[in-house]
Amino acid sequence: MMNKTSKTHDSLLRPGVTILGKWHQNRYVIIRQLGKGAIGSVYLCDANGKKAALKISDKGASMTMEVNVLKSLAKVQGKSLGPSLLDVDDWVTPQGTTFSFYVMEYIRGTSLQAFIKQNGREWIGVFLLQLLSDLEELHEAGWVFGDLKEENLLVSSSPTKVRWIDVGGTTLIGRAIKEYTEFYDRGYWGLGTRKAEPSYDLFALTMVFLSIFYPNKFTKGKNPQVTLLRRLQDVRALEPYRDCLKKAILGKYLTSTEMKQEISMAIHQEQQKHIKANTTRTNKQQHKPLALEVVGFLLVALGYYLSSLLIP
Amino acid sequence: MKKGTLKQILLITDGCSNKGEDPQATAALAYQQGITVNVIGILEDDQTEEPEGLQEVEEIALAGGGVSQLVYKQALSQTVQMVTKQGMTQTLQGFVNTELKQILGEEHTMEDLDPEKRGEIMEVVEDLGETCDLEVLVLIDTSASMHDKLPTVKEALFDLSISLNSRVGRNRFSIYNFPGKRKDIDKVLDWSPKLDSISSVFPKLTSGGITPTGPAIREAMYQFGKKNLLRSFRHNDEQDIENA
Ligand SMILES: Nc1ncnc2c1ncn2[C@@H]1O[C@H](COP(=O)(O)OP(=O)(O)O)[C@@H](O)[C@H]1O
Repeated sequence: MMNKTSKTHDSLLRPGVTILGKWHQNRYVIIRQLGKGAIGSVYLCDANGKKAALKISDKGASMTMEVNVLKSLAKVQGKSLGPSLLDVDDWVTPQGTTFSFYVMEYIRGTSLQAFIKQNGREWIGVFLLQLLSDLEELHEAGWVFGDLKEENLLVSSSPTKVRWIDVGGTTLIGRAIKEYTEFYDRGYWGLGTRKAEPSYDLFALTMVFLSIFYPNKFTKGKNPQVTLLRRLQDVRALEPYRDCLKKAILGKYLTSTEMKQEISMAIHQEQQKHIKANTTRTNKQQHKPLALEVVGFLLVALGYYLSSLLIP
Repeated sequence: MKKGTLKQILLITDGCSNKGEDPQATAALAYQQGITVNVIGILEDDQTEEPEGLQEVEEIALAGGGVSQLVYKQALSQTVQMVTKQGMTQTLQGFVNTELKQILGEEHTMEDLDPEKRGEIMEVVEDLGETCDLEVLVLIDTSASMHDKLPTVKEALFDLSISLNSRVGRNRFSIYNFPGKRKDIDKVLDWSPKLDSISSVFPKLTSGGITPTGPAIREAMYQFGKKNLLRSFRHNDEQDIENA
């Protein structure tokens, strides 16, 4: 896509530049650019000695809509869904142009793909459960995430947790999805509407985990459903969750709670399988460390899940 | 609350007009009648800069109060729905701005309000965008160079109807191509709530050499039901916002 306005604020916002808010008079010093999206650019900045993420754009209306979503998410009880919102303001450049910006919590983390590559596929189950718990809360509050994709998720450390960064697609249930990305969109795959319902997110969630194993993505082919299911079948790391993911692709889950329950059951079964494998092989010393390791990770997964239930 | 109907022409072209009146003038005329003109210019795969033939794309949209975007055909689906939705938001915001001017004085627009108030107004705009009825007339350039792009256009329009039919408000679509066999435009699909019937009608398109964009927009304007045309719908919608 060609975008003629892309040079505007990016050329002005060099490291060290101070942004002064027109309405609230807060100062932010630019440290570096974190990323660029369809709506605007995000910068790491210094806000009174604390690090924060600042998003700036010339698309005022879209920015206002994102801020509205962040505000609504802040009202959802419980843990933080999406980055917390710190400030909303306008910046008038020395040349007199006005840009809208907002400042949010800086989320420091690695991509799902990098994290799983480094720390092992045992984390897939953990992240599935974490994301399903968050989605459960969001859906109960009347919202659908919409633009759920790998690029919009970061794994932050201590404790290890998947966080959402871009909430621009978050839509009230029953409305039309505000923003989506083709690969993650069930409409594109011919597997449903673009109406905001929990099952829309569950489809996208499955695509997030597929995309980890297909970094270059894949196209839909002649028969999109067949393509998708075959690609799922081909990923060995997803085998324990395959039946659940398949149901999510086909829109069989109406709520994230249903899917969460079945995923945790799948993790439990996997665990049982390994315990059994372990006991029948007790005399084969060389297998023991591996089996123990697997059981260990699954216990970690279950632990995370249980703690997500206990800690509100 | 009775909601107004937004009317849009979505022009899809890959080149410059070369026959009849200036398309900017007819787009401005359509806008005067309460019809927003959005324009999508399709780039050839090997074009890296904005080609001269597509410069008028932005100008037509500007005159028609709409949104424009140049795009490679691979990204057409997402662009078609984005342009349509942004066009709706822009039109609705336009109404809100007119209202604000009446209340706060001539020089006030949304940007002059503090972010708090802007957020509240944007919520109203979003509500209207979701619930209002929408009429989209798709106007497809079928001059010779468009030939290899038409299958993608068809797919993108089908995709558009998935997006818009996921809204709460009702939709009506119609498709016209230009140049027509004997007239400026030919009807491909009459007003209908869905676009899934297009797979059967699309192969009928024939490609010719001239590109009468201006006359095509003028004709398209009259397909929105002649009764409504004179009673400017903009007035209706202002009332709706007051009632909201
Ligand atoms: N709160 C944040 N903390 C850290 N990085 C962020 C944060 N918000 C955005 N980013 C980075 O900036 C990039 C672009 O931001 P995003 O909000 O996704 O833009 P857009 O909505 O316009 O697509 C992201 O991919 C991410 O790398």
